[in-house]
Amino acid sequence: MLHYAVRRFALAALIVFVAVTAMFLMIRAVPGDPVQIMLGPRATPELQARLTAELALDQPIWNQLAIFYGNLLQGDLGVDVFSGRPVTSIVLQQLPYTLELIVASILWSASLGIALGAYAAAHPNTLIDRITAAVSVAFVAAPAFVVALLSLLVFAVHLRWFPAIGVGDGVLDRLNHLVLPAFAIGLSWVGYVARLVRASMLEVMGENHIRTARAFGLSERRIVMIYALRIAILPVVTVIGVGIGFLLSSAVFAEIVFARPGLGKLVIDSITTRNYPIVMGAVLVSTTLFVVSTALADLINAWLDPRARSTV
Amino acid sequence: MSDSLLEIDRLSVDYETARGDLKALRDITFDVKKGEIVGIVGESGCGKSTLISSILRLTAPNTRFREGEVRFKGQDLLTLPERKMRDLRGADISIVFQDPMQTHNPVLSVGRQMVDIQHRSSASRADKRRRAAQMLGAVGIPDPEARLDQFPHEFSGGMRQRIAIAMALISEPSLLIADEPTTALDATLEVQVIERLRELQQEYNCAILFISHHLGVIAELCDRVVVMYAGAVVESGEVREIFHNPKHPYTRRLIDCDPGHIKERARVLPTIPGEVPDLANLPQGCIFQDRCDQAMPRCAGDVPPLTTLKVGHQAACWLNQMEDPV
Repeated sequence: MLHYAVRRFALAALIVFVAVTAMFLMIRAVPGDPVQIMLGPRATPELQARLTAELALDQPIWNQLAIFYGNLLQGDLGVDVFSGRPVTSIVLQQLPYTLELIVASILWSASLGIALGAYAAAHPNTLIDRITAAVSVAFVAAPAFVVALLSLLVFAVHLRWFPAIGVGDGVLDRLNHLVLPAFAIGLSWVGYVARLVRASMLEVMGENHIRTARAFGLSERRIVMIYALRIAILPVVTVIGVGIGFLLSSAVFAEIVFARPGLGKLVIDSITTRNYPIVMGAVLVSTTLFVVSTALADLINAWLDPRARSTV
Repeated sequence: MSDSLLEIDRLSVDYETARGDLKALRDITFDVKKGEIVGIVGESGCGKSTLISSILRLTAPNTRFREGEVRFKGQDLLTLPERKMRDLRGADISIVFQDPMQTHNPVLSVGRQMVDIQHRSSASRADKRRRAAQMLGAVGIPDPEARLDQFPHEFSGGMRQRIAIAMALISEPSLLIADEPTTALDATLEVQVIERLRELQQEYNCAILFISHHLGVIAELCDRVVVMYAGAVVESGEVREIFHNPKHPYTRRLIDCDPGHIKERARVLPTIPGEVPDLANLPQGCIFQDRCDQAMPRCAGDVPPLTTLKVGHQAACWLNQMEDPV
């Protein structure tokens, strides 16, 4: 298990390296001179030359990459082009807002989805199963930004149950501000997870080893909760691990609609102003977040499923 | 009949399907005595699996028990409350399933599964583990203590089937049902498993209901044999009697088709031409008439009853009731 974990995280580090390198190269391929855009059309040639040298944009691309990684290993992601503040502190300041949004969304949507799916699988083809199916598909089909706008209109503007914008201060207020954005980006996951758990559970309950467990007189409770769920949950864990990445992009919408600070909003703002160091920093952090969450999902699976431990 | 352990009495089982009721078992009657090994033989789809799932009452939801009784120690299992039935499963009646690769839970260790099936025992966990290791040793798994912590995928197919046998015998049942336990294994492993099964049967003195389509294995292991065709018993009796003096054309053809009985080199292996009739739409008369080369007008009229030809030999064929039997 330890051996597996070490290999899995080595793989994760490699993935981060490749992804960040690709991002670094792609961002340089965007047309237009970043220095001109940043300084505006009336900047003097001297000023432009100074900024170009400061950002090392006059160097060959491979040197730029080497400089970037050299600084990165010292925890230095460069400085904000406009404010001159270190990128590391800006990104780390925004990170908690996005993290709390994603964690809240996954928590409520996965628990409701697993409960609905398991219930539907235990009562297949009943009226309740069919209602769950219809509601799930409707949830999956609803795009996060539409749900975000509608829930803002209904629950914040008309009903005034929850605050419309911002993140709030203090634990309770922050949680209160979290309800609508987490609802908006988690909703489609409820349906997705419910469908997945139902299908997975029905498949496992039809497998031969479940018949064996029944033939030995094990209680139905133990069969469902231990012998079946432990296997049925495996694909769900993987999907949730990958889902963190999708939630990162859904979070962008939620952060814009609900005017929340966060990584998504930071990236959008920085791309429009070509604030490269910030973009790179935010991308690095979200890539790492994504890769770490999929690696964690794999580790949980390896812990649940001995067969998975022998592969990476 | 007081020494009968299991009596299947006129059992008829239907499957409700969109095409109508599938008459999977019709009028099945046979018994298994204490400590006896009874073989059930028949080609795929003859109702062997329906029969064993009916005995354990682990049938699909669309199953209807139309008629008859399954008596175990004199008690009708088909009318037993589910809770009482559960008390029997894996305790007094155990089963070894066909496919050893899928019979164990893939994510729980073998030891965990072997401890879990002793859920009725009040022994300590350590004692249950010891008992599990002892049973693994009894079926010939080397170093059983250490292997308890391994998972099913770390064992070979033959070992997994022996683990399944160990699990089935852990409660010392009076009836062991073996559903084609060697079909998925290669020939040398098959012999090993059969020999081990016979040794254990003698040690624990349990009765075995052995389902197979391999006649050689049946002849080797069983005291009596029941030949099934398309959901009905066509012949039953002492193994030696059935193999040397078969009284039903189907049994004869089955023996002819067994590779062990083919003496000459043949380019085309013998088969029984034709197909099993549609069980949702049974023809009138004998179930085997379409594939039988000795069919007579009478066969199309009435279903031949299973009649006793002599002590320990029954067959369901009109040929045996003529003046001059074949």
